[in-house]
Amino acid sequence: MATELIVTGRAHRRGIPSRARREPLLRRIVLRSPVYLVLVIASILSLIPFAWMVIASTHKTSDLFVTPLPILPGGEFWQNLGRLQESVGFGQVMLNSVLVAVLYTVFSSIISVMCGYGLATYRFRGRGVLMGIILVTMMIPMQVLLVPLFQMMASAGWIDSYQALIIPFLANAFGIFLMRQGFLDFPTTLIEAARIDGASELRTFYRIVLPVARPQIAALIIYTFISQWNSFIWPLLMLNSEDKYTIPVALNTMIGLSRVDYSGLMLGSLLATLPLFILFLVFQKQFVAGLLGGAVKG
Amino acid sequence: MTASLIVREHGTRRAPGRPRTGSGRLTARRQRPGLWFALPAAALLLVFFAYPLATSLLQSFFSTKGGESTFVGLDQYARLFRDPLVLKSLGTALLILVVQVPIMIALAVGLAYILNQAWVRFRSGFRLIAFLPAITTLVAYSVVFRVMMTTDGGALNQILGVFGAAPIDWLNNEWWARVAVIASITWRWTGYNMVIILAGLQAIPAELYEAARIDGAGRWQTFWHIVVPQLRPVLIFTIVTSTIGALQLFDENFILTGGGPNNATLTPVLYLYKIGFQQFDFGYADAIAWMLVVLTAIIAVIQFRILREKP
Repeated sequence: MATELIVTGRAHRRGIPSRARREPLLRRIVLRSPVYLVLVIASILSLIPFAWMVIASTHKTSDLFVTPLPILPGGEFWQNLGRLQESVGFGQVMLNSVLVAVLYTVFSSIISVMCGYGLATYRFRGRGVLMGIILVTMMIPMQVLLVPLFQMMASAGWIDSYQALIIPFLANAFGIFLMRQGFLDFPTTLIEAARIDGASELRTFYRIVLPVARPQIAALIIYTFISQWNSFIWPLLMLNSEDKYTIPVALNTMIGLSRVDYSGLMLGSLLATLPLFILFLVFQKQFVAGLLGGAVKG
Repeated sequence: MTASLIVREHGTRRAPGRPRTGSGRLTARRQRPGLWFALPAAALLLVFFAYPLATSLLQSFFSTKGGESTFVGLDQYARLFRDPLVLKSLGTALLILVVQVPIMIALAVGLAYILNQAWVRFRSGFRLIAFLPAITTLVAYSVVFRVMMTTDGGALNQILGVFGAAPIDWLNNEWWARVAVIASITWRWTGYNMVIILAGLQAIPAELYEAARIDGAGRWQTFWHIVVPQLRPVLIFTIVTSTIGALQLFDENFILTGGGPNNATLTPVLYLYKIGFQQFDFGYADAIAWMLVVLTAIIAVIQFRILREKP
């Protein structure tokens, strides 16, 4: 599952072999400069919103719409942060997002790993049915559940609570499927050996399987975390009290205010993106694998 | 999500002839732990997936307006065909599908192809920069684009102004709002698709390029006759994923335009949200949801058909 698509360690050898040596220098320059031009333009387009997010969150709202635009970060960062805290309690909001995403990730990952392992390793009764349900769950748009789940949460009295954000989606069909695919490739000889040594099934799973499967599980964890961190429509439906809002819901509220605090909004967006950016820098391989949801197997 | 099924067909690493699970020989008693491993997920899926799914199908045959539930047969589904806003929301999805997806996939293929060339310097850096938009939270990037697309003095209009363009009323004009949505989604997802396509490109054996060169094929011939056919499964995968994404679009349009102006950027899910949770017309919202299910299923079937036939 590990992919080296972004940072190419060995990958450059896999690139399309160059024809360069057969071509004269001038021709090479003429042919290659447009390619670099395209890359530079694409990079600028890709980076402008990020740059503007950083610049805008360090300036006053009134400075964001003047001509010429500020092109360097300003000195209003702390004032913006203070206002953000004052208006929507952004510190609490960030804590909420972290809490929900971490709790969800821990439990959902455990469930996915266990179920994926069970499905890949054993042939118990009902395995086919369960596999079928999981495939169907993956194919059906999640939005079909909005109304009935909303009603379930309402009658359970779970509206405006975190269990409503976490529990209904704990069994993540996609995560389970990903893990099953991963464990199918697991060297069975290792499991057999542990059994012959008399290890219990749980011990085999814990001691032999989990350590070997660590990279896949890391990708699953990142995938799960991102999906909850970014989740918007469901928290929007479930959460009513401002002190329980997650970041996307809080940002949405700020847009709706009569006097929109634009630099605060940009700072909030920056803070929403920052944890993912850090995760990306630290766990690049697993991040890409996780984000692409197993679409790419290296 | 349908898309992962393709991966299963093409990305399997199981050696041929190796049994599906290594434990076919185990006795029934030793198979039982499998059930325990799978039980939590199975129970949760039953309660929070199968049950609400059945409820929503059942409820789509009822009218829940006015607090009382009355059986109305297929009325809610008949309403779908009469409702101009359903048509409008499907129109938005279709527009994304016909305009945005091809543009995005073409850009992604182009970028991936360039960034797979051995002679391009700083490839890692360019790949990283192109991928960066894919790590942003949907709501956060939509907020940034909304602020940048402010008509008076917004960053986008000011940048365009440098090139002499008149200010554009991005979010309040029906056609510009559509352009704004298309531009935003393209910004967010091109790098994501590029990385998937890059993986596909790297799976093409170098011998094929070598053979094409010996046969005297030029750059374009190599691209059209070697690269594109080899990429076919990956391209279908990205197109299908993007199509399903277009059908399920919500966050961007909710934040950028709220579906407006004059419902020009209304999406099926946004409409479902409005019917279900602003008008609390649950039965009709369920019918809209099942329309999405059917459309997604049709796409999945088409995808399997296309994949099965050889080029």
